[in-house]
Amino acid sequence: MITNQKHATATHATATLEITGMHCASCAAFVEDTLSQTHGVKRAAVNLASEKATVEFLPSVVNLASLTTAVENAGYGARELKHDQNRAQQAEATETRKIAEYTELKRRFIVAVALAAVIMPLSMTMLVPNVEHFIHETIGMQALNFILLALTLPVLLYSGREYYVSAYNTFLHRTANMDTLIAVGTGAAFAYSVVATIAPALFEQHGMKAEVYYDTTATIIALILLGKVLEARAKGQTSAAIKKLIGLQAKTARVLRDGSEQEVPIEQVLVGDVIAVRPGEKIATDGEILEGVSSVDESMLTGESLPVEKGVGAAVFGGTVNKSGRFTFRATKVGAGTALAQIVRLVEEAQGSKAPIQRLADKISSVFVPTVVVISILTFVVWFNAMPAETRLPFALVNFVAVLIIACPCALGLATPTAIMVGTGKGAENGILIRSAESLEKAHQISVVVLDKTGTLTKGEPVVTDFIMIDDTIKRKDVLHYAASLEHHSEHPLASAIVQYATQSAPQTSLLPVENFTAVEGKGTIGIVAGKEVLIGNLKLLEEHGIHINDDISKTASRLLAESKTTMIMAVNGSPIAVIGVADTVRETSREAVRAMQERGIEVVMLTGDNRQTAEAIAAQVGIKRIFADVLPHEKTNVVKKLQSEGKTVAMVGDGINDAPALAQADVGIAIGAGTDIAMEAASITLMRSDLRDVVRGIDLSQRTMANIKQNLFFAFVYNVLGIPLAAGLLFPFTGWLLSPMIAAAAMAMSSVSVLTNALRLKTVRI
Amino acid sequence: MDTSQILVTLGGIGLAVFVVWYFFLGKRTAQAAALNDSGMQEIAITVKGGYSPDIIEVEQGKPVRLKFYRDETSSCSEELIFSEFKLRRDLPAFETTIIDILPTNKGTFEFTCGMNMLRGKLLVR
Repeated sequence: MITNQKHATATHATATLEITGMHCASCAAFVEDTLSQTHGVKRAAVNLASEKATVEFLPSVVNLASLTTAVENAGYGARELKHDQNRAQQAEATETRKIAEYTELKRRFIVAVALAAVIMPLSMTMLVPNVEHFIHETIGMQALNFILLALTLPVLLYSGREYYVSAYNTFLHRTANMDTLIAVGTGAAFAYSVVATIAPALFEQHGMKAEVYYDTTATIIALILLGKVLEARAKGQTSAAIKKLIGLQAKTARVLRDGSEQEVPIEQVLVGDVIAVRPGEKIATDGEILEGVSSVDESMLTGESLPVEKGVGAAVFGGTVNKSGRFTFRATKVGAGTALAQIVRLVEEAQGSKAPIQRLADKISSVFVPTVVVISILTFVVWFNAMPAETRLPFALVNFVAVLIIACPCALGLATPTAIMVGTGKGAENGILIRSAESLEKAHQISVVVLDKTGTLTKGEPVVTDFIMIDDTIKRKDVLHYAASLEHHSEHPLASAIVQYATQSAPQTSLLPVENFTAVEGKGTIGIVAGKEVLIGNLKLLEEHGIHINDDISKTASRLLAESKTTMIMAVNGSPIAVIGVADTVRETSREAVRAMQERGIEVVMLTGDNRQTAEAIAAQVGIKRIFADVLPHEKTNVVKKLQSEGKTVAMVGDGINDAPALAQADVGIAIGAGTDIAMEAASITLMRSDLRDVVRGIDLSQRTMANIKQNLFFAFVYNVLGIPLAAGLLFPFTGWLLSPMIAAAAMAMSSVSVLTNALRLKTVRI
Repeated sequence: MDTSQILVTLGGIGLAVFVVWYFFLGKRTAQAAALNDSGMQEIAITVKGGYSPDIIEVEQGKPVRLKFYRDETSSCSEELIFSEFKLRRDLPAFETTIIDILPTNKGTFEFTCGMNMLRGKLLVR
């Protein structure tokens, strides 16, 4: 239903409705049309993902009830919206709740520690003969045991209550978890102690000492809570990256409405709104600059540390920070459609996915707890039978409790997901978006990287590399001025390259007038520039105009052609004056990236639709040996398949648009230079920057994360495989070693914390 | 072997057999999600030491709304992981968390708690 109407101007009001029953984009479009066509509605935007409609309307003409009715008449539902919060607010609410939970956990831990600190020394009185004698003479051992019982009860009923309740609830579901082990272990020690306290005679008539284990019970709970406190702290840090991303979202926007700037909550910003941004302010949403020039810090989204210069028509992104100038922009995307929201979604999805390596751990943890319970029961039975009558019960009990307490399924459960969370978060911070845990796992096995040439290895746009004067009768500066003036009238990419080169090498305040401009398709351009006939084009164009080419010019042109450059000749008043070479240039970082991959033992292959000569020239520049040239766009997939048939794990790096099928076919599809347009379904890894070194960083990150997961899994397995037999007393017959349940509790508490701490190490690695 | 040893041995073995039967061999029943007013297959799931129901039947290709109500504070159930749908959600205690999914493939998909101890299944038919 209608959730707010906070923003209301003299003429317009904005409201957010929750729409139900939409299943596809066409439903959303239909609801949007319905609302937009309702009399009195200025604008409406429906977001399918968030199931919300934002409507700007004239309250004097249409009211909120009519809007709801319009939606309902269109066949969709309008329900009361319980949580009208944006992601940042939701994250804040979660954070507040977690802090409250953490405070409560700490309080329970402090109570347990304080009481255990009293219980421990009191339980050890029998170790000091004088003190033991004193107690016997004064209050008596049974009274002391009652005091210990009274001190232990709060530990159980307050600090450890959650474990018993949870164990009971899981038992009803025919499942068992960590809490089952803690509850059964401490419960057994406590029950035994209570019997020994209330009816010591029962033990004494069998020649046994009525020993109590209150210290064990209290200490185990205190130690487990310590583990939980440390775990909660560490766990909060594993999701720090996503919290940081969510926190980037602006809360308000300065929207120009009815001729004035109004600060409105971000949820009320609509597509098409004009927003003003001052220096130092956060940009509210995605859009296009209408007026003004500035530099924008986009590092939070792309990992690019240098601010990006932006002018009229340039795209800006929500969550980035305006550094210097003042500008206005038109919102093109809002809410879940923005680049930031998509990045958050992508990272969240990756963190919710499962890595194949986790399967074994999953299988083990699904049978773990009941299996440990069975082992503990058998331990009890074996020791009860093996030990002399007077010590067998306490002996069997202690080992039974130790087995239950040392076993730690949590470490197994945490091993993979925590490393994946930290790893994908680290990637996002560096502009490397990993689609799923599986992609991250695959990336560390890459043996071949296939690089698309244009736009990946190279900049993908032609640049003038040579401007060779062959006649000095006109000054170079003037020649460049003519060239810029003429080519300014053409829209061809080669012409733009010439204009850019000429204006940069010889800056002029204005361009010269051009008359009779003609662009000859596939050949070049001609025109009268400041009264002179200027022609820039290929040999064919010159021949057609009867311009004679001497040997020198031919040689220069041939040399440039041999370097795979597009060659043009410029003539003024019928005589050749300069030879121009244009080529797509290699990105500065490509060579370094290729070498880094090769150093890691990865074969680098180049794929291009260009001819072999051009391909080889570029390959030589960057150090690539294997080339697939003259490959038509639809054949790229076949190249990937061919490499896969050679038994290789193939990563394909491309721009994500033309290369989508090949990216999907590859074991790891890497879309490069997404900028902030990250909706790349085909890619398993999306790189925000156009820097091939990020491919290397991505592979490194994958290797580090996988190594971390393996360490975690190894630790978790070995810990349980060694700990359980030790606690069961397997070494006792040979070495006399037994594990105190309290030591077992300390080991258990630390095992999960160790796994988490190891995963958090990934945050500090340099990639 | 004295009497108490025989009793402990028989009791222990009996208990172990019970544990295996109770946790591994018990039969569980599935519950089908029902269509709601907006045409979604909807089902309410209580999270309390496990998921009730823990086997949910849905039809392929139709949107599903899972309403998880966490009726406890035990930290074990605070997170829900549904990896088939790439979901990792916090379930606040004593609140309903709505999860909408679209099952496009037939099969059995498991959802678990953060540490893979509590388990439930979505059967897509």
